[in-house]
Amino acid sequence: MSANELPPTSGAEGAATAPLHEPASIHGDDGGTGGADHSGEGVWTRAWRTLRRNPVAIAGFAIVAVFVLVALLAPLIAPYGPHELPGRTDVRPTYIPGPSAEYWLGVDRYGGDVFSKLIWGARASLLVGVVSTLFGLTGGMLLGLLAGWFGGWADFGAMRLVDLMLSVPSLLLAVSIAAIAGQSQMSVIVAIGVVQVPIFARLLRGSMLAQRGQDYVLAASALGLTRRSVTMSHVLPNSVGPVIVQATLTLATAVIEAAALSFLGLGGGEPSTAEWGRMLTAAQQELAVAPRLAILPGVCIAITALGFTLVGESLREALDPRNRTRR
Amino acid sequence: MLRLVGQRLLLLIPLLLGLSVLLFAWVRALPGGPVTAMLGERYTPEAAAAIEAEMGLDQPLIVQYGKYLLRLLQGDFGTSLRSGRPVLEEFVNRFPATIELTVVALIFAIGVGIPLGYLAARRAGTVVDHTAVVVSLIGVTVPVFFLAFILKYIFAVELGWFPTSGRMSPTMEATHPTNFYVLDGILTAEWDAAWDALVHLILPGIALGTIPLAIIARMTRAAVSEVQNADYVRTARAKGIKPARLRTEHILRNAMLPVLTTIGLQVGLLLSGAVLTETVFAFSGIGSFLAEAVFNADYPVLQGFVLLIAVTYALVNLLVDVSYGLIDPRLRRQQ
Repeated sequence: MSANELPPTSGAEGAATAPLHEPASIHGDDGGTGGADHSGEGVWTRAWRTLRRNPVAIAGFAIVAVFVLVALLAPLIAPYGPHELPGRTDVRPTYIPGPSAEYWLGVDRYGGDVFSKLIWGARASLLVGVVSTLFGLTGGMLLGLLAGWFGGWADFGAMRLVDLMLSVPSLLLAVSIAAIAGQSQMSVIVAIGVVQVPIFARLLRGSMLAQRGQDYVLAASALGLTRRSVTMSHVLPNSVGPVIVQATLTLATAVIEAAALSFLGLGGGEPSTAEWGRMLTAAQQELAVAPRLAILPGVCIAITALGFTLVGESLREALDPRNRTRR
Repeated sequence: MLRLVGQRLLLLIPLLLGLSVLLFAWVRALPGGPVTAMLGERYTPEAAAAIEAEMGLDQPLIVQYGKYLLRLLQGDFGTSLRSGRPVLEEFVNRFPATIELTVVALIFAIGVGIPLGYLAARRAGTVVDHTAVVVSLIGVTVPVFFLAFILKYIFAVELGWFPTSGRMSPTMEATHPTNFYVLDGILTAEWDAAWDALVHLILPGIALGTIPLAIIARMTRAAVSEVQNADYVRTARAKGIKPARLRTEHILRNAMLPVLTTIGLQVGLLLSGAVLTETVFAFSGIGSFLAEAVFNADYPVLQGFVLLIAVTYALVNLLVDVSYGLIDPRLRRQQ
């Protein structure tokens, strides 16, 4: 269901890991640095430079940019409002009007303009994706920080909580949470956010543990820095890389999971709501009559998820220290 | 080996206790309170009094939890609001269907994923490699139920190659001693029934197997890329070992460890995905029953199934851990 269970090794982009018999530098993404040594610059500057040269990353960024623009400018682009049903009178029990000059992508069973609804749907997805990811990120960072900073019992307690949450398949956890929170978009957001908490927490903790043994941490402590400032200004900034990558991938997961929860009827509101998951669900009945009603929102979800996945994966590659030494 | 299994089983106890505390709190946090949650919106005062007495709602929380735990240990997971049957019975009746489905999905995922990942790594940069990349991207970005829709539309509705829904054709007469329909057909030598059940599993199995396929292919590709550059592989090749032996004994076997872990982790995904896939194909396993329970606010079912599924998930991962020893003798010695 989710991209978050992807293994951390290797990229999906094919060109990423160096093949057996060729030098890695012939590949677009690690190449082009001309062998120059940029060792003086920071991890993020270097990552950014790598990303700019990676066509996969550019494609991902382009998709994300279009998605965000459409979502933000929905009121300007969409011919009809999110709740309007302009084609209501044209829909017959046996006939759903297809694409026309008036309705570019046709109307759905409720008489909503599909084109407009897809545009408003982008807005709903962006909202769910960003807010739930921020929710999961904040919760997970707090829990991970608690574990990574204090260690000992705090670490033990936090990690058992994480184990507990991961022992239930993600969709079931989300469904259970949504059942408490009631049927609404907010509850979908909370449910998806909570499901991400243990993943972020474990990731940050692991990353912080790996940093803790490093020489620079020892040096900082030896210089007399307090534990707090060692953690906050040294360990944490060096540990967030994987977390940022995961957050990007989570945006993809969130869009997909939101659709799944809508599909299970947990989104609340009218069935005619302009939301991709809901549109897809409603289209199930008309699959044989008007497959476009299912295909269009499905493709929108897939493309959006693809955009975030490509960005996340290229970011992971760009931040991977193993790829740095390879060129 | 036995000691390891025992240790792991012991570790399960605190996990399940923790989960039971969460579920106990969950029922009490549901809108309308525990009585509404256990009896549905419409209930008689007598039924409410009975359930209050059973759950001990007038007693301290710790006593209520004790009673809850006791009922769980006796196998009493509550009663489904919709069917009126015990939750455990509903689970046991439907679980074989979901096992069949996940097994078909896993066979598809492993059968295609490992060769694809292996070839992608061995021929990096070729068409095979790019295909693997595209497949794995589709797997993680296309929602399971959308894929199920599409497969159903193309292969069942339009082409009519496969049935659109269910576990077996309604006209098919068959006996079901185990509730594993394919197995039943084989056991009772009702070959047409076995075939019919198998055909019903193909589309949902493919839909469900796509995400694990993507992840397994990726993981295999990564693992094989790493292993094939290892010193011992080069040494083996230099010794003039047969390519086939190099492939199976040196590369594949060593690359399989991370892949195996990944496969174990997929079970959670498969159980999540089953909820969606079974719903699209009206396949009566635990997934579609759960989806209905969510739809009907059948909370006793949801509560019981979450616990039972978590147990299943944990046991599968235990099996995976134990099987490491079978693949890697080094780990066997440590154990």
